[in-house]
Amino acid sequence: MNFAELYRRLDESNKTGEKLSSLVDYFGQAPDDDAAWAVFFLTGRRLPQLAPSRILRSWATEQSKIPDWLFEETYAWVGDLAETMSCILPSSTSSEESSLSEWVERIRQLRGLDESDQRASLNALFDQTSDRDRFPMMKLLTGAMRVGVSQGLVVRALAKISGLSNETIAHRLMGNWEPSAEAYARLVDPDTADADLSRPYPFALANPVEGDIAGLGDANAFLAEWKWDGIRSQLIRRSGTTYLWSRGEERLDGKFPEIEASAAGLAYDCVLDGEILAWKEDQPLPFAELQRRIGRKTIGKKLMQEVPVRFVAFDLLEFNDVDWRSRSQQERRAKLEEVLGTEPGIFRVSEQIYANSWSQLALLRESARERKAEGLMLKRIDSPYQVGRVRGHWWKWKIEPYTIDAVLIYAQRGHGRRAALYTDFTFALWDNGVLVPFAKAYSGLTDHELTEVDRFVRANTQEKFGPVRSVTPHLVMELAFENIQVSNRHKSGVAVRFPRIVRWRHDKTINDADRLEDLKRMISPR
Amino acid sequence: MQVTTPEMDPTPFRRDLLRLEPAGLYCPAGDFFVDPWRPVDTAILTHGHSDHARFGSKRYFAEVSSESILRSRLGKEIDLATKAYGERWKLGNAWVSLHPAGHLLGSAQVRIEVSGRVAVVSGDYKRQSDPTCVPFEVVPCDLFVTESTFGLPVFRWPSPEMVFDSIHRWWRENQTAGRTSLLLAYALGKSQRLLAGLDASIGPICLHGAVHGPTQLYRNQGISLPKTITVSEASKDFDWSQALVLAVPSSQGTPWLRRFGEVSTAMASGWMAIRGTRRRRAVDRGFVMSDHVDWLSLLQTVRETGATTVWVTHGFSNVVARYLREHGLSPGNTVEASPLETQFQGDAEDVEENSSNPEDETRS
Repeated sequence: MNFAELYRRLDESNKTGEKLSSLVDYFGQAPDDDAAWAVFFLTGRRLPQLAPSRILRSWATEQSKIPDWLFEETYAWVGDLAETMSCILPSSTSSEESSLSEWVERIRQLRGLDESDQRASLNALFDQTSDRDRFPMMKLLTGAMRVGVSQGLVVRALAKISGLSNETIAHRLMGNWEPSAEAYARLVDPDTADADLSRPYPFALANPVEGDIAGLGDANAFLAEWKWDGIRSQLIRRSGTTYLWSRGEERLDGKFPEIEASAAGLAYDCVLDGEILAWKEDQPLPFAELQRRIGRKTIGKKLMQEVPVRFVAFDLLEFNDVDWRSRSQQERRAKLEEVLGTEPGIFRVSEQIYANSWSQLALLRESARERKAEGLMLKRIDSPYQVGRVRGHWWKWKIEPYTIDAVLIYAQRGHGRRAALYTDFTFALWDNGVLVPFAKAYSGLTDHELTEVDRFVRANTQEKFGPVRSVTPHLVMELAFENIQVSNRHKSGVAVRFPRIVRWRHDKTINDADRLEDLKRMISPR
Repeated sequence: MQVTTPEMDPTPFRRDLLRLEPAGLYCPAGDFFVDPWRPVDTAILTHGHSDHARFGSKRYFAEVSSESILRSRLGKEIDLATKAYGERWKLGNAWVSLHPAGHLLGSAQVRIEVSGRVAVVSGDYKRQSDPTCVPFEVVPCDLFVTESTFGLPVFRWPSPEMVFDSIHRWWRENQTAGRTSLLLAYALGKSQRLLAGLDASIGPICLHGAVHGPTQLYRNQGISLPKTITVSEASKDFDWSQALVLAVPSSQGTPWLRRFGEVSTAMASGWMAIRGTRRRRAVDRGFVMSDHVDWLSLLQTVRETGATTVWVTHGFSNVVARYLREHGLSPGNTVEASPLETQFQGDAEDVEENSSNPEDETRS
């Protein structure tokens, strides 16, 4: 089975079991260099952009001998550049069966060429690709694979092939995993005494509390902490070097020089799990402030003063080269306090909240919004540190989101699965008799509702601006969001965080929708 | 299908030949409508799908082999006069004849001739081979009215042989894995085309009740289709894992499916050519098979008719009309093309779905 066949099977199946066995079949027979690239792409990694989308589009338009506008109309409808190109280009005469690493080799040759050479190379690339292989190869060329396979599933397949545990494979896949035959061999190597100083551990993730909190059992079996909205990170201090990772497995080195400097002063080698927060005057700053620190290439003094940060540590995963993850939450917490101490500084141990009952905790949780926290984290004191989102160990108990009733005024086609439908909406609130847009929301409606809204949008379009349609104001939806702050970059003067649709308010007309001032009133004074 | 009035060329011959009225496409010279969506006095029907054949008109004309389909859908008592393909008759000052459209059994293009000027309303049509109906015939004309359900260049149909090969492979794989093969397709037309191409030696072929009805109508017309079993009549201990079950799309996700145990779901439709629409359907396999023209056959057909005026309905009408207007059919050969905009542009998926009949077994 070559990679194109694997891709087809994964793409066509809706069943996890089938996907898993396709992966096992593929990895069981693929040469190491192909397997390495397959791991690379299937775990969501991607090649740096080799040819700009603009060149790909104009090249495909030219090759298929259709006018530009027709290519763009078609692309807008299909919603996926790789697929549009694959379906629109003339059939190939090649029946070559190339391996994945050969593809990657060919695709990489596009790098650094000028436009006319890139076009020539694209022609050659296409001549060498059979119709069957065309679509997956184009996916590699345009970016992410997105074939409905989670990293966890790839891990399970590799664990099955190698006879290793899921945890070992997951851990070996963390960090900068370079796809090569050697790297793949190491990945499935039964000898587990390998080491890479920069490699982080897979993050433990929490499940949301649903229903009655008492269902979790005895409140005293849990450790409670505030849940902050920052950048979840792992700080690795090994052999005198510091590595800072985000949960998205991106290195944050250089973005937070003050954290790295403080880490150099730590008395022990260790791996910490925590949240990086912008913090000023004893309160966290909004997430948008923290984003200013990530966006920059170089972090100047001014920015460091304006947006001071701290690392709020809540777990210790490794101490002096020993993996502590299998020890209990309680033990790890005690060690963390010992390592970081109680001195005020950049490093803080996450504050533990003491309460004897769920009702006490519920009361405290009510104050989360004032503290600029998202709610509470509840962690079983006897639990080891888990890989990923394992139920029953960590819970996030968020405060109820803010909600507001808003009017749908613009719609745009979705992407991927939703490409044929108008599913990306802009919502507005009343301001002196005018509807002012304030948020975009994509998720929250059922497939059935989406089809219904899509039909409404098509039948009630007022104007088209490129891919966007303005729609007769009629539909009212209840939106939820996590946070709200003043913003001069938004027409409405406010920015909301994580807006999503809670429900379609069939019972309300646009006159019942909320006003912008209702929203502004929700902004809590700092 | 609802249509808003397009800007049309006001030259007298065309107004007399064909124009758009609130009730549909109307021929003033002959005082009749083609596929009207409101009740009228005289309606000529291109085929039996519910978005074309609507109830309530006083008098209908249609192709002779579509009679039983139309009577089963519009009622036994409708006033229906049937005509054979190619038979000419006169309505008012218009000469009218029906010609094969290749869409399904009895589907027809309507040729209208008034004072030497010819309009052809093609209804839905395809150019691929289909053993269950007479193949499309090119009818030279001045004005051609075409559908554009799949009028984007991404739609390129694979050959039916290739599609049946992959359906058969999928069926055999399912048999080996012990899974029931559930193939979803529209009840009228697509299902019978599939039946005619399936290799019955692989295993038993079973039909959803809503597929069985139209299939019997085809058989009564002498169309040769393999032996089938109606799902509700299968014995208690029937081994579904060897069978291919042909069902309507609306049966997906209903309790009706419980009896089949583990199922692999597939759908046969032109929409399956696009990954996004296929994923939204949440089927395991999508087979690209359509009873409409793809992009290239659409352009080819327009060219072959020699029409100098083209009206584009139903689907990507704006795109196709603009392409025809700006690029003609060949260098120097311009075409006057305008969209007849339907209210729900491009949503032929829903239209086709409405034509399937979700009654009986899904409810039981």
